[in-house]
Amino acid sequence: MSTSTPSPLAGVASSDSTLRRFLHGLPGVDPVGLEARAAALGTRSIKTTAKAHAIDLAISMIDLTTLEGADTPGKVRSLAAKALRPDPSDRSAPMTAAVCVYPDMAATARAALGDADVKVASVATAFPAGRAALDVKLADVRSAVAAGADEIDMVIDRGAFLAGHYLDVYEEIRAVRAECTGHVRLKVIFETGELSTYDNIRRASWLGMLAGADFIKTSTGKVGTNATPANTLLMLEAVRDFRAQTGTQVGVKPAGGIRTTKDAVKYLVLVNETAGPDWLTSHWFRFGASSLLNDLLMQRQKLRTGRYSGPDYVTVD
Amino acid sequence: MSDSDGKGRLTVLKTYKLYVGGKFPRSESGRVYEVTDAKSRWLANAPRSSRKDARDAVVAARKAFGGWSGATAYNRGQVLYRIAEMLEGRADQFVREVADAEGLSRAKAAAVVEASIDRLVWYAGWTDKIAQVVGGANPVAGPYFNLSSPEPTGVVAVLAPQQSSLLGLVSVVAPVVATGNTAVVVASETRPLPALSLSEVLATSDVPGGVVNVLSGRTAEIAAPLAAHQDVNGIDLTGAGGDAALAKDLEVAAADNLKRVLRPSGQGGPAADDWTQDPGTRRMTAFLETKTVWHPTGALGVSGGSY
Repeated sequence: MSTSTPSPLAGVASSDSTLRRFLHGLPGVDPVGLEARAAALGTRSIKTTAKAHAIDLAISMIDLTTLEGADTPGKVRSLAAKALRPDPSDRSAPMTAAVCVYPDMAATARAALGDADVKVASVATAFPAGRAALDVKLADVRSAVAAGADEIDMVIDRGAFLAGHYLDVYEEIRAVRAECTGHVRLKVIFETGELSTYDNIRRASWLGMLAGADFIKTSTGKVGTNATPANTLLMLEAVRDFRAQTGTQVGVKPAGGIRTTKDAVKYLVLVNETAGPDWLTSHWFRFGASSLLNDLLMQRQKLRTGRYSGPDYVTVD
Repeated sequence: MSDSDGKGRLTVLKTYKLYVGGKFPRSESGRVYEVTDAKSRWLANAPRSSRKDARDAVVAARKAFGGWSGATAYNRGQVLYRIAEMLEGRADQFVREVADAEGLSRAKAAAVVEASIDRLVWYAGWTDKIAQVVGGANPVAGPYFNLSSPEPTGVVAVLAPQQSSLLGLVSVVAPVVATGNTAVVVASETRPLPALSLSEVLATSDVPGGVVNVLSGRTAEIAAPLAAHQDVNGIDLTGAGGDAALAKDLEVAAADNLKRVLRPSGQGGPAADDWTQDPGTRRMTAFLETKTVWHPTGALGVSGGSY
């Protein structure tokens, strides 16, 4: 991933005023149109073989997440085992994309996953509030990277963003980016539920991408409003337009509140119809979820056997 | 159901809906079918449930199971009695619906409604007594208390009787929920209206949402996915009694996850269903598991004397 500002947008982050001018110069979002578009795409009917494909794709895109104060090494290990073999009764079920944990659990997750192709994602930068001094946040990131995290999920400073201090947010993302050494990919969480408006989500998306995010992510899952089809659609439009302007592809990760197969398939339709099929891989699109996996597995069993499955046939997390 | 009351005012027709998770949705499929009275005159359109409605109902029943099975037996009795109270208050409506559905005179329909109310009260009384009848302290050769107590099976699919639209319905649903199970009820195919109206009674009777879920439609269509559903723990095949082949298919499908199966009358059950008779405890015990625990008495015998 390039960490320098792409050339067509060179100079927009040279000062607070140029950055503000750029972000406020982005077209305003039509909220009614956006929500109607997201709702319309949600009505697509995906059945039989297409549904089976969508379910497997969705499973392979999950960042299987546990972000609780009560997380134990045992819970992280069982989550890792589930990521490696989601359905013990059916070896054809794909592995999930990653396991997402707090930094102090990253080493446990790394050890449990071994050299399998399941990434360790770690939240960092004083997740979920992001209210800490910059050097504390950077130390948080360093500890996660040192523990073997392949991906860092950082939260932006919403306070600074809402106060209009865009350059501070930009510089902070750049500083975190610099700590993501080697092949570590950076996901930038906006906490869309706290940004109040769709215009702000669009600005945050561009700000994050300009600062070198590998992924832009809706939310932490810790506030009332998490990922919605509308805000994810908006971010998908942003990554599409960003690639068109700069040639750099950025991934999208909706997180929180996606619990059913039906929801997940709607998101996949959004991806295909907005950003395009290039994003339909776990390298460029992820679901931040935990209970979603069980529903996908139950649907998968239903397609395989013709019988409705139940919670007795998937693991309790 | 007449279209006007004779004074030029159009009567407001009722939209019959399903009852799932304490809410009144239409069928997910959007389908309805015509329901007629005993003389083939149109009464109303009832929702024609799909297998997805059945799935949603099972999810709702599963969600309600923890709370309902964990409620005290005394509390469940109170709730069942409350259903009887609510039904009593709306007796006129049910007399009319039963008379239409079953082609009974008003007097006979009134007797059916009264019997239904009494049946609910009867099962309300049983909730905190069934444990004494089918459970108990077992004598064992050792210093242990050995106690057996009945526990609800889980989510039970109930195919309600096809003929007796209210008394038969109450007689199959009440025993299932009295013992702490939650139910997905498939109403009589041709006479579903009393069942759909009963769900309005349930919704106003302190019955937690999801404890009883009522679906209307083609019995064979809804019963098949319920019988095969891995998260349904028992199935009452009473409503499939008229179709031996269907009942057999359902029982085979139910065997896959070892569901408890209550066979219809004439096929392993009693010779025929007479809903006016004393029901006994058969329908309650059909969906109960017996849990037996061993517990030391504290008497350690001669060798334990030194403790």
